[in-house]
Amino acid sequence: MTVRFDKLGVVIAAIVAYAAFAAPFATFRANRIVPGEARSILEALPAATGSPLLAVIVAAALIALLKTPLIMRLAAGVVALAALALLIGVAGSFLTPEGNTFARISPASGFWLLIFAFTLLLADVLTRLNLSPWARIGVLVVAAAAIGMLLVSGSWNSLSILKEYANRADSFWAEASKHVTLALGSLAAAVIAGLPLGILCHRVEKLRAGVLNVLNIIQTIPSIALFGLLIAPLGWVATHVPGAASLGIRGIGTAPAFVALFLYSLLPVVANTVVGLAGVPRAANDAARGMGMTERQRLFGVEFPLAFPVILTGIRIVLVQNIGLTTIAALIGGGGFGVFVFQGVGQTAMDLVLLGAVPTVALAFPAAIILDAVIEMTSTGRREAQPA
Amino acid sequence: MKEAGVKAWLPSLLRLALVVLLIAFVTNPGWFEPLLKPLTESNAPAIYNQGSLLTLTLLHLRTVLIATVAATIVAVALAILVTRPAGVEFLPLSRSLVNIGQTFPPVAVLALAVPAVGFGEKPTLIALFLYGLLPIFENALTGLTTLPANVVEAARGAGMTGWQRLVKVELPLSAPIILGGIRLSVVISLATATIGSTVAARTLGEVIIAGLLSNNLAFVLQGGLIVAALAVLIYDGLSAIERYTARRMGQETA
Repeated sequence: MTVRFDKLGVVIAAIVAYAAFAAPFATFRANRIVPGEARSILEALPAATGSPLLAVIVAAALIALLKTPLIMRLAAGVVALAALALLIGVAGSFLTPEGNTFARISPASGFWLLIFAFTLLLADVLTRLNLSPWARIGVLVVAAAAIGMLLVSGSWNSLSILKEYANRADSFWAEASKHVTLALGSLAAAVIAGLPLGILCHRVEKLRAGVLNVLNIIQTIPSIALFGLLIAPLGWVATHVPGAASLGIRGIGTAPAFVALFLYSLLPVVANTVVGLAGVPRAANDAARGMGMTERQRLFGVEFPLAFPVILTGIRIVLVQNIGLTTIAALIGGGGFGVFVFQGVGQTAMDLVLLGAVPTVALAFPAAIILDAVIEMTSTGRREAQPA
Repeated sequence: MKEAGVKAWLPSLLRLALVVLLIAFVTNPGWFEPLLKPLTESNAPAIYNQGSLLTLTLLHLRTVLIATVAATIVAVALAILVTRPAGVEFLPLSRSLVNIGQTFPPVAVLALAVPAVGFGEKPTLIALFLYGLLPIFENALTGLTTLPANVVEAARGAGMTGWQRLVKVELPLSAPIILGGIRLSVVISLATATIGSTVAARTLGEVIIAGLLSNNLAFVLQGGLIVAALAVLIYDGLSAIERYTARRMGQETA
């Protein structure tokens, strides 16, 4: 039997070798802003767990390196990631001196590289398994549940990012709800306004170029400038339009952030509606007309369902983009996870930055996976219906 | 006839006017002070006074240029790699990685790069590079995988080696699509570079942030408008290059 190497496995094994033996596993800091000291796996973990972890990692890397069955690679990836996730918490409590509340333990580059390498392995396996949309959502739910359980069980509580969280648990959830409200609210507004506008642009050719050009130009205005520019008009509205202020419209804060996000969201929604409607096969429209369908029936019964996957793609772009852009709203007092990011940058407290950045990614990533799955579900029926 | 002539010239005239206006503004912002003065309160300066707008504009462009060149080299090389027989098993994985990468918000990338490389231009370059990779890679992949099969076959039949086919046939044919990706990436980078100023990179974002901090709308407006004008002009310029290469390749423009 000849030994055959997996090409991606070579890359993964190289990363793992460097991360496990040359890079620091965890960082110890006497308090939250001083530079840290590096700790390797064997230094960061009690003897009873350090060597087994190394053994698991090396075994998983070997499975990745050699040509092995997919199911074995899947198991290797899951076991390695689970071991890392569990033991980084152990490292946290092991490295924290008894009764010391100032010390901060955070995962270091070696840990992140190991996570990256085994995520790569899992991503490869999952891509090759070619899972159905529902199965992908299932995998996501299982992963989210596992992370949720680790968070609730408190096994990560000795890590620096959760210490930052413990210090501001209340404001964390307030900012989280602001973040979600801003991102989803502006998306909803953009869909409500953008769909009719897209339909109008599809029907009235004269409008199309003009509307799309204006929306394109809005996209070129940097987000921080657009947020800033809306402060003045909304401030004016708040003071001059009766009742506006009581609705929460103010120059700074959530209102300009909402309007800016809405404006950025319009282009993908409108443009994809136009593209989707333009892509409706002529034959389908003619057939509908021949059946005596009215204009309205055709729109809702034929054109819209056929254009739906394309429109949904626009909504996916907006959702992921909005979750990211909302972080910038913090610069104009709009709240959201950006508050922690910018506070952290200001105090050079990286744990605080992570407290803002990690949840943002944790929102955007599942949003993308779920919408991708939904898009695939809605477009498969279509693919079968018409030979591509 | 005459009307059509005016219509055809109008966009070029507008573009030229925008170029002149932009150059005048960054070299002689003083001329425009009366226009911006009404936006300021209690005698605050109407023109950014903590650095030259010209220097900041050039630094901004330099940051975007470096990041885009690096992103183009890496993204195109990667796309070539995964479309060769030796790298084809990486193709599905690289597709999903690109998809995953797009879900990372720029602010997060920027902020997370700071502990690794410190404040200033470097984290901005990293964020712009990572963000620029995705559209270019995606387009290069589309370009290289949707080549007309008969052309590639003909090149093979003519006895070209793999390298010759790549350089003389595949890359030139996919050039317009790759350029489209570069254009998208540049426009995103121009706007994203402004966020770099939150981690002390010297870009036009500095002007906008100074405006936000001192409640000076004139600063916000001039910073935002310069970036938007740059983006519109560069977008148009690259579109023109794209059309030119597409014509040379004998393709219809989309």
